[in-house]
This record gives sequence, structure tokens and C-alpha cells, in this order.
Amino acid sequence: MEDATPRHQSVIAPDEAGLLARIKAGDSDAFEACVRTYGRQMLTVAQRVVRNEQDANDAVQDAFLSAFKSINQFQGQSRLGTWLHRIVVNAALGRLRRRQRQPEKSIEDLLPHFGEDEHQIDPPVPWEATPETNVQEKETRELVQRSINQLPEIYRIVLLLRDIEGLDSEETAQMLGTTVAVVKTRLHRAHQALRSLLDPHFRRGNL
Amino acid sequence: MNCREFTEFLHEYLFGNLPVEERAEFDKHLAECPWCVAYLDSYQKTIQLGQAAYSQSADAPPPADVPEELIQAILSARSRAT
Repeated sequence: MEDATPRHQSVIAPDEAGLLARIKAGDSDAFEACVRTYGRQMLTVAQRVVRNEQDANDAVQDAFLSAFKSINQFQGQSRLGTWLHRIVVNAALGRLRRRQRQPEKSIEDLLPHFGEDEHQIDPPVPWEATPETNVQEKETRELVQRSINQLPEIYRIVLLLRDIEGLDSEETAQMLGTTVAVVKTRLHRAHQALRSLLDPHFRRGNL
Repeated sequence: MNCREFTEFLHEYLFGNLPVEERAEFDKHLAECPWCVAYLDSYQKTIQLGQAAYSQSADAPPPADVPEELIQAILSARSRAT
């Protein structure tokens, strides 16, 4: 998602501008209004990243405190919700880094394998899935979410930030302290691995 | 181009700015390989399914409410910090 907004041009909505001005002035009611307005959206994002209620709550608290601390630096270059979204993603990643790493499945098992003839050993079969209709079903949404959660962490996070949270490769690289090239490679691997996990459920004849 | 190369650089084919000649190599391979056609289609559907799995739809569960204790914890932590 590229931000085409010129630097220093405010895109903030009038109702947000009033809230922002009150927060900057130190109005306690405005802080509370901000937490109540954006808290739910921020908690949803944090829960997706950390997948643990306590860490998600802590990430949201970290994010609001960080946002209030640096509120004077926010000049309205984006919507307030967009700015807070980036902050909570960062806070959730921070919580994730602090958590002890769990043993996880190797990505290699989920990538395509090739024979000496350079064809895939397990030749791809067409899918019956039509995302527009399938994803309306609760079971499909849960299956896809479960499958994303099975990806090794570094791949799951890149897929989450790029495809779900809508960050671009540059922002994702910056948040993860890596390069754009690494982000692109991990995203491709994540798509391939997720495809392998979904394949048995969607290949023709299995629906 | 073979299936291994097609699969390895598929992301660039879909989202990169490949020169016309390189795109033509992918297209030529696709015209000859039904397996890679199936792989490409399922790869694109995977991305769409992933994005849609977290989007707001009519029957998706509503996002969790923010617990009141969390709101109060944030507000009192802010008061202490100032």
C-alpha cells in the first residue's frame, strides 16, 4: 500500500482534528475518547500478531503510551487511525520478540519439491476454490486462519504485515529490521507454504 | 524456463516490474505447462483467501471489545507518565 500523500499535507478528518488538538493540549477526556475509539481496532491487530491475550493487551497499552508520548510529532500526514495502526504493529512485534521462541515447523517441508526433470514431484492439481464465495463460509475463514498460524513465525509475520495489515515492503522491512529483498523472498515463501497447507482442502475432487 | 524457475520467480512475475522479454519467458512456459497454470491459479487464490480470511464480512465474528480494565490501565499509566 503506497502512500501517495505529499509530505506535510494534512489528511486528517475534521472530527479527528478536534480530538487530536485536545490530546495535544493534554485533555484527559480526549485521551480516554481516543482509547475508546481506536482501542478495539488496535486490539484486533495486536491479537493477530501475538496470538496471546495478555501480550496483545500489553502491546495495546505500550502502543497508546508510545503514541501519547510522541503525539506532538504527529502532524496529520495520515489518518490518526493509520498512525496508531503502525504503532500497535510495532508494539506487538516488540512483544513477540520478547516472548520465548517456540519450536516450529520447517518452511522447507511446505515448499514445492522438484525432480531431476525440474517438474514438481507432486504435480499441482487445479483448485475448485473460488475465494469470493468460499471465504464467506465460517469454516473456510477458520481453516485459512489456522493455516496461516501454522507458518513458521518469520514467514507468518511478513504475510500478516503485507497481506493483512496492508503495509508495503519498505515499511515491513523497516519494522522487522531487515531488507526489502528479504521481505519479498519471505512473502513468496509464505504464499507457497500457505498454498501447500490449503492444497489438500481445495484441490479438485476434494470439495 | 522450467517449472523450478517458474515457481521460484513467480512472485516477481505477478508483482515485480519484469522486463517484457522476461515476462514473455513466463508466458511461454505457461502456454506449455498445465501444472504451472494450476500452480499459478492456486497461488493467486491462496493470497486472496488469506486476505479475505481476516476481512470484515457479514458473518465474521465481531472484533473483541476492549476490556474496561485495559482501558483504565492505559489511562492510569498515562497519568503516571505525565
